[in-house]
Amino acid sequence: MSYPAGARVRVRAGDPDHHTRVPRYIRGHTGEVVAVLGQWPLPDDRARGIVPPRVETCYAVRFSAADLWESGDHTVTVDLWESYVDRA
Amino acid sequence: MTGHEDEHAAVRTRRLEERLIAAGLASDEEIDAFLTQLYANASPVNGARMVARAWTDPDYRELLLADGNAAAVAAGFALAPSGPGGFQLQVVANTDQAHNVIVCTLCSCYPVALLGPSPGWYKSFAYRSRTVREPRAVLAEFGVTLPDSVRISVWDSTSEARYMVLPSRPAGTEALGAAELADLVTRNGLIGTALV
Repeated sequence: MSYPAGARVRVRAGDPDHHTRVPRYIRGHTGEVVAVLGQWPLPDDRARGIVPPRVETCYAVRFSAADLWESGDHTVTVDLWESYVDRA
Repeated sequence: MTGHEDEHAAVRTRRLEERLIAAGLASDEEIDAFLTQLYANASPVNGARMVARAWTDPDYRELLLADGNAAAVAAGFALAPSGPGGFQLQVVANTDQAHNVIVCTLCSCYPVALLGPSPGWYKSFAYRSRTVREPRAVLAEFGVTLPDSVRISVWDSTSEARYMVLPSRPAGTEALGAAELADLVTRNGLIGTALV
């Protein structure tokens, strides 16, 4: 699964029992892919010493502040590895 | 950030270094060599030169926004290659209607080679937690009061992408040369906590 710019994706809501780069404040929220950044090793695998780590595409995903915080007129864009999200 | 918090962070950092050394993962010499390499030639003057060039050269501006790494190389700055182990420079442009600001809520990532060592406030819990939630208020505390009509985009740097803001060229600078234009650009402007 890969997501083009414009795709709507939902951040996985779970709280893993290991290191991850998913900030808590976006978990379970839906955003829009605004850029495909590149491919990098998954930090969750690297932190656990999994060799080789999965290498995944990373996306810049934009969220609206109103959705995240129920206030604010700004947007927040967060970089997310592919396995952090599902198609919304 | 207060001196007390700085001291606390230094103590925590040293404790982490000692754990790495005790685990045989790194030596003091390796950590020192890494930091020396990280900060060698790292300066906001580098990012400022790229901004000044983008203000005067439309083709360079296009390259800067499309492929930051290539634009850095074209300006004579060696970034780590993209792909595994490397960074991808993402440059986001301010306009009359849009203002960008960079934060790293997980730690304090930003393009060190182009912005120099990050300021203490960039690493503070207050900046990291408040910028994603109330950027307009945070920017006002930096002296940047934006009209309500200007949309704010916050970029939370959670991956190996490294973000830099391309500020808008100030009015009345048409007569300035590249070096004078670069002198106008501040580190805070490259983060988005200043207009330029």
